[in-house]
Amino acid sequence: MIMSWISLIAAVAPAATPYPVVAPGITLRFPADHGAHPQFRTEWWYVTGWLRTADGKDLGFQVTFFRTRPQVDARNTSRFAASQVMFAHAALSDPENGRLLHDQRAARQGFGLASARVGDGDVAIRNWRLQRMSDGRWQARVAADGFALSLALQPTQPVLLQGQQGYSRKGPLPQQASYYYSIPHLRVSGQVRRGDRTVAVTGEAWLDREWSSNYLAPAAQGWDWTGLNFDDGSALMAFRIRRPGGGTLWAGGALRRADGKTIVLEPRDVSFTTVSTWRSKATGAVYPVMQDVSIRVGGRIEHWRLAPLFAAQELDARRSGLPVYWEGAVRTRGGRGYLELTGYDRPLTM
Amino acid sequence: MGWSCNLAAEPGLLSGRLALGWLIGGEWRFHPARFLLTAVAIAVGVALGFAVHLVNGSALASFDGAMRGISGAAELSIRATSPLGFDEMLYPEVMQAQGVADTSPVVSLAAQLGKAHITLLGVDVLRAVAVTPSLIGIRPRGLNNGTDATFDEAALFLSRRAMTEGGIRVGSQVQVVANGHTVSLRVAGTLSAVDDTASIGVMDIAAAQWRFGKVGRIDRIDLLLADRPIAEAALNARLPPDAVLSSPAAQNAQGNALSRAYRFNLDMLALVALLTGGFLVYSAQSLSVVRRQRTFALLRTLGMPRNGIIAAVVVEGLAIGMVGAVAGLVAGYGLAWAALHWFGGDLGAGYFRGGDVRVVFQPLAAFGFFALGLLAAGLGSALPARIAARAAPAAALKNAGDMLDPRQPIAWWPAAALMATGTVAALLPMVARLPLFGFAGMALMLAGGVVGVPWFARALLTPLARRPRGGVSRLLAIGHMHGAPNEAATALCGIVASTALMIAMATMVTSFRGAVVDWLGDVLRGDLYLRTTAGASFDPATRARLGTTPGVARLEFSREQPLTIAADRPPVSLIARPARHGHDPQLVLIERAPALPSGMLPIWVSEPAQRLYGWNPGDIITLPIAAGTRAAVAGVWRDYGRQAGAVVIDDQDYQRLIKDDRRDAASVTVMPGQDAARVGELLIARLPASLREQTEMTAPTTLRRFALTLFDRSFAVTYLLEAVAIVVGLAGVAATMSAQTIAREREFGMLRHLGVTRGQLTTMLAIEGAIVGLTGALAGIGLGLILAQVLIHVINPQSFNWTMSTRVPVGTLLGVAAALTSAAAITAMLAGRRATANSAIQSVREDW
Repeated sequence: MIMSWISLIAAVAPAATPYPVVAPGITLRFPADHGAHPQFRTEWWYVTGWLRTADGKDLGFQVTFFRTRPQVDARNTSRFAASQVMFAHAALSDPENGRLLHDQRAARQGFGLASARVGDGDVAIRNWRLQRMSDGRWQARVAADGFALSLALQPTQPVLLQGQQGYSRKGPLPQQASYYYSIPHLRVSGQVRRGDRTVAVTGEAWLDREWSSNYLAPAAQGWDWTGLNFDDGSALMAFRIRRPGGGTLWAGGALRRADGKTIVLEPRDVSFTTVSTWRSKATGAVYPVMQDVSIRVGGRIEHWRLAPLFAAQELDARRSGLPVYWEGAVRTRGGRGYLELTGYDRPLTM
Repeated sequence: MGWSCNLAAEPGLLSGRLALGWLIGGEWRFHPARFLLTAVAIAVGVALGFAVHLVNGSALASFDGAMRGISGAAELSIRATSPLGFDEMLYPEVMQAQGVADTSPVVSLAAQLGKAHITLLGVDVLRAVAVTPSLIGIRPRGLNNGTDATFDEAALFLSRRAMTEGGIRVGSQVQVVANGHTVSLRVAGTLSAVDDTASIGVMDIAAAQWRFGKVGRIDRIDLLLADRPIAEAALNARLPPDAVLSSPAAQNAQGNALSRAYRFNLDMLALVALLTGGFLVYSAQSLSVVRRQRTFALLRTLGMPRNGIIAAVVVEGLAIGMVGAVAGLVAGYGLAWAALHWFGGDLGAGYFRGGDVRVVFQPLAAFGFFALGLLAAGLGSALPARIAARAAPAAALKNAGDMLDPRQPIAWWPAAALMATGTVAALLPMVARLPLFGFAGMALMLAGGVVGVPWFARALLTPLARRPRGGVSRLLAIGHMHGAPNEAATALCGIVASTALMIAMATMVTSFRGAVVDWLGDVLRGDLYLRTTAGASFDPATRARLGTTPGVARLEFSREQPLTIAADRPPVSLIARPARHGHDPQLVLIERAPALPSGMLPIWVSEPAQRLYGWNPGDIITLPIAAGTRAAVAGVWRDYGRQAGAVVIDDQDYQRLIKDDRRDAASVTVMPGQDAARVGELLIARLPASLREQTEMTAPTTLRRFALTLFDRSFAVTYLLEAVAIVVGLAGVAATMSAQTIAREREFGMLRHLGVTRGQLTTMLAIEGAIVGLTGALAGIGLGLILAQVLIHVINPQSFNWTMSTRVPVGTLLGVAAALTSAAAITAMLAGRRATANSAIQSVREDW
């Protein structure tokens, strides 16, 4: 009886897609690793940064492309087969209206409507595109609901490999990990349109690139992440994976000094402390929008208080099939960056 | 000042009210049956009208809901002209078209889920979420963010109706059959935003394409527009011939078009019932007015103004109308409920599939029918009241009889003028694709007929009156009828109207049914018919194998599928079959093109297709198949089966154009001496096992029976309305005859004094009744046959696009004539007994 059930299920279930497992000992190669890794389950190109308009006003922005590979039958010959699916988010934080402008796109790859190039960075959904040009600059173009971004991102520093040479652990098991690199201190120039008004902007941004097949441990509720560009040229990335109820399941990060020396942060070297919270009227989620980040470097503990540009930087992307999260521009002592808070309305699944 | 005015007005008002109350109250107390009967006549008319209207409205509401459910309420869609779909590469083009904000490609399949028929839609959830959010399935535990679940290729979401019809719960594994494929899917959740009347399922578009054999084709692209005019212009320029741009309005029009004419005709029939009720009120009030002429005259001499008399009678009529209309509304609602419960939303005509249509109460319609009922009663009373008020009080005081001098000729021209106007109106073209003028013509002709009744009665009786023959009773009867034609006419108009309408309907239905029977005989020439279900088909190998079955003389395969010609009209049927250059015996050609341009693809269009699209023999048209196909109309064939029209194309031409080698039906001719049932078994045995379950085999007798049952069902309501018209007519005869007879009590007393026996009196009354009945029947039948011509040659072709020749239901005509004559004679006799029961002296004295 049991045997027949098992064989029935085996016959009904699609041929399971084998995802590559993230393991240490990899050497990331560029520009190939700027491009997509379609075998892996999840991947993202994540740009966050601060902009300053010609008249001296501060803005925060986010342009994100996600790629995911759902479990579908590989034998499906339909052009619509959801073997690769793209999502994109764009957001603009303008303290003058105190509200996050954001928009999203989602599409299956194919039909020339959505793509993620293998071999170099070039991801697009219809007319939204993040592309690495031959001169090494990244070009972001987004025409969204109520705003548009057209930004050139010029690297000023080498790639920052996270974890062990790009292998970044996210949980207690070694396969709960991602391949992860960042490019901090991207010099930004371009245009921002709000409504009908287009202004020239300059600024500084951060690119995060991650791909994985098994990102989150089942016991994880979500994560807090920050990437900070300091004025002296140093950069800090810190994250913690939270348990349901609030404890920390895993943590990590990296501090790269202005001289290029990088200190990898282990779980015990990183801690996040809530200073104040903000409750979203739209979703009811309560976010620790002001936090103290403490890291232990060389036996000394350093503190940074992260203060948001403004509180209401929640991004509700449920309509496109993605979760609700808070992605906000933050200021800190001697630098600026972004804080990301996920899993505050419900547990995050990836 | 104001006080004195009021005081001055008070006595007049008071006495007026008193007089009214006295008149109406008295009438009600002494003749409650008359009151009740007229109220019932109004009630029946209002009830029928309201019920038919409610049923139509409810069915349409449910139909619209179902359409909205399936279309996901997109503001504009690109739709394939046939179930073959269109090339999916149109999708990226449309996505990048100007004015288009987002699009959602859809695969649409007619599917079977257990016993339930559902529309299975394959959608891309990422597109549908923005364009048609109602087509996004909801999992039991709320929205699931896991991407695997979102793109699960085995997940099926069902609307509540589909769940109920299929008896399915969330989580169960189901077999879905569509396009000839059977696929096992898991019910992952519900479509809670879909209308309750829609029976639909939603799954992943890629899985739908792949599992149901539709890779490369899609059936629909739903659009979210940034700028509609720009988008429409951009899209119209680049649409392939096998796709049309369609709005929900066009969709509804397409869905409603088929039943629209049917519903309109039912509404008209119901109004006719109300009109008949109005005539009955007129009859009854006329008689009552005549009977009370002396009372009115007395009132006039006592100082009541002429208008007061009219007002009194009209108010009486309105009171009756009020009672009748309210009762009619209640009865109509009940009738609508019962009809929906027992017959379904199309009253059995087969226009709306599936039941579960709830009565939607329509306050405006209720008010409308109430007002119509009141109007009928008011008008029916106002006309006789005016005549009564015109009478000179002094003369009227003495005489309660007919006001018309028998020596004066009766004008025939008002009737003739009405008939002529009616004829002209009937010949006018349609309005908004509805035969409005046809019905207007019928109404005018009916009025003409009724107005002409006195003339007709006189014309009929004058020869009899000139040659006095027979006994005392007969002489007296003819003399009375000839001398008091108006009295007879008022009794007759209700009867004539209802008889005429009933005969018209019966003649039309008989003609139609006869034509259908003949046509079925022509069409069903095969010995057996095979048909696949749920999109299954016979492939060439299967067809070859079937062709070699022992005992089979000939096997003709065909393929029939809907083909949309215009977005707002229901699709025609495109039938691919061996056409043999139009010499197919199953194709009953009624018109033939003399010669076609050489090399032009010949097609044969059905009569409805010819009428709907103006495709006449010899015309060159473009069919929206295979990148637009030019074809010449080689002939027009008779078809009572497909109201939306059909086009026959030779199967080899079809194969060459569409490269579709599937066939879904076969007509089998067995060798002489072979048993058809046995051959059928052999054929079924030769089918592949998977196809065996999806193939239906039918004998021509079954098909014939099925077709005629469907025909009779769709006319069941018509029969019901006819029966009601007859019953109302007969009741009218009985009421008017008895009222007239009782009113003549004094006359009978006089005759008794002159030596006429009671027996002779009764015979006289019977003869009078028979004459009245027969006159009514003859007039009604004659008028009915004329009206039937309008139904057959104007209303039917305009509503349903098919023509037929007239067949007269002789049996029905004779029966109606006999029933009316005897009913009138018998009621007159019965009433006569009562009227002559008193002693002659008492009768003569009466109220002196």
